[in-house]
Amino acid sequence: MLKLEPRAEISRFWTLASPLLALLITVLIGVVLFAALGKDPVRGLQVFFWEPIKSSYALGELMVKATPLLIIALGLAVCFRSNVWNIGAEGQFVMGAVAAGGVALLADKDTGRWIVMAILLAGVFGGMVWAGITALLRDKFNANEILVSLMLVYVADMVLSLLVFGPWKDPQGYNFPQSKTFEAVTKIPKLMDGSRMTIGLLLGLLGAAGLWVFLFRTKAGFAQLVGGLAPAAARYAGFSSRRALWTALLVSGGAAGLAGALEVAGPIGQLTPYVPAGYGFAAIIVAFVGRLHPVGIVFSAILMSMFYIGGELAQSRMGLPKSITGVFQGLLLFSLLACDTLMAYKVRIFKPFRPVAQQNSAQQAINSVVKSTAKGGA
Amino acid sequence: MEQYALLLAATLNAGTVLAIAALGLLVNEKAGIVNLGAEGIMLCAAVAGFAAVVHTGNDWVGFAAGMGAGALLAAIFGVLVIWLNTNQYATGLALSLFGAGFSAFAGIGYVQEKLPERSQFAVPFLSDIPLLGSAFFKQHPMVYGAMAMAAVLVWFLYRSRAGLALRSVGENPEAAHALGYPVRRIRLGAVMAGGALCGLAGAYLAVIYTPLWVEGMVAGKGWIALALTTFATWRPARVLLGSYLFGGVTMVQFHLQGIGVDVPSQFLTMLPYLATIVVLALISRNPAWIRVNMPASLGKPFYPGA
Repeated sequence: MLKLEPRAEISRFWTLASPLLALLITVLIGVVLFAALGKDPVRGLQVFFWEPIKSSYALGELMVKATPLLIIALGLAVCFRSNVWNIGAEGQFVMGAVAAGGVALLADKDTGRWIVMAILLAGVFGGMVWAGITALLRDKFNANEILVSLMLVYVADMVLSLLVFGPWKDPQGYNFPQSKTFEAVTKIPKLMDGSRMTIGLLLGLLGAAGLWVFLFRTKAGFAQLVGGLAPAAARYAGFSSRRALWTALLVSGGAAGLAGALEVAGPIGQLTPYVPAGYGFAAIIVAFVGRLHPVGIVFSAILMSMFYIGGELAQSRMGLPKSITGVFQGLLLFSLLACDTLMAYKVRIFKPFRPVAQQNSAQQAINSVVKSTAKGGA
Repeated sequence: MEQYALLLAATLNAGTVLAIAALGLLVNEKAGIVNLGAEGIMLCAAVAGFAAVVHTGNDWVGFAAGMGAGALLAAIFGVLVIWLNTNQYATGLALSLFGAGFSAFAGIGYVQEKLPERSQFAVPFLSDIPLLGSAFFKQHPMVYGAMAMAAVLVWFLYRSRAGLALRSVGENPEAAHALGYPVRRIRLGAVMAGGALCGLAGAYLAVIYTPLWVEGMVAGKGWIALALTTFATWRPARVLLGSYLFGGVTMVQFHLQGIGVDVPSQFLTMLPYLATIVVLALISRNPAWIRVNMPASLGKPFYPGA
């Protein structure tokens, strides 16, 4: 039998090893899944873990997909560390994209490059407003932020749909529900020629550094952490839980909105109903797998991006549905949560207490003693 | 008048999906477990139920498949949160994300499938009453099943010994443990029963209500069902009523479109989600009221002997 024994303190080893073990378990299940579907598991692993990194172009694409995941997950880390459960980052991403798209549509041939700045700020603002609704309802009405933020995802999708089917529809777009393609001047600057990577990646990495400083080197960040770990202690220390709530939601909303702006004015280049790509939900997994730590999140964002690209390649090269990505993402979070048990508990193997068995062995002991004394006597 | 009778009938039908799922989640929460995985369970069960009906042609096999899938997923969730003490929110979320991915993956072959045309159900004699007949007595048996379920649940929770044990586990697991109740097994049982009901709701959605399979077809109904347990302050009869109200909100959009009100369809699609937010805010406004009604140990882990 297995038994869980609480550890005196959280194991540092398992804090780092648990995500790796979870990845290993996910890969093993993946191998079994490939085999069960009659596909070559080695080819499957190759598609997910080798193809996305084998050339500099592939690496660039990997970073393109990792960028929004990284930026959103950094914001979510602030939320989850403060024990604020914002799971509607997808909606904040969409509203950021809508606000940024609105600004981008204003540009014409004579607009200057400053418009890019305006687009990014609009994105941040859009995301903040959307997350702000959740914060307001939690603050003033005590409404559960999980349900409110999630419901707002569906509402945001409808707002986007309303705009691209209605006022923002491209008049020359053959009646497709999409805005006109943004002017070239609105394009987010690329990092280098021959790749689709933009300055968004740099913003994400700067954000990771900024988050590290905020969480571990500022008083506001400390208040945020204490509020999440021990609300009573935070109250005693005079840290405002309302301020922590607003900070968490505005930071994560702003980050998600920024990611939305970078996507529409970057790789996508127009507003379409396909802007919501599930990054906001995948980023929840990225945040947890990255241990809510800026450095961890950088790595887990790249890993999750591999899952996305692997899924696309699995579709084109192996004839598997693209949605296999979602299966692996879910499995990874499941295994991580299970493995995290090892951080706080030791697994002990113990023999169940069996009175009958013990009686027998006691009887045997007596017998042997009796025998030996009998021998000695003779 | 006849069209209003039909609107009422459609409302009951739409509310049934929410009612079955929300009653299941109520059982979970009365035992102290919040299952944010409802949406994922419903999606997987919808595929399982739909596939079972495509292959066997029998709706009831489909319902059973949905319930089985729901109970299985809930069992995985249950073992994680009850024995491994994982965070209930994060684990439920994992189940929802996994369910969305897995159902899309497993259901890809069923997207174009259609179910055979079925004859309409009708209660003998009663369905011939004008207006009332078409409003109330031409429903699928599951609609009446959901009402019966609410009644049975009232009896079970408040009148039976087992129900008392279940509630005690949700209110004060330490006390229940001290009395000798197997707290963790009771919780697992409640989680699996709740999962089975969410599964039934998902299967009903895909097999009878819609009836087809599309990726992401549950469209937030699992989350609305979660909100419903709060709206209803954890009481079965109010859960049922709330479900019909929300079923009505879903139906009003079709009605308005039908009578030619010129509102963009997106506004109407938003309605159930906006209604959820508004009602949630109104109900939650008084924290004391929520605290009095909420199972005292909701969402809190329990370690025996700690």
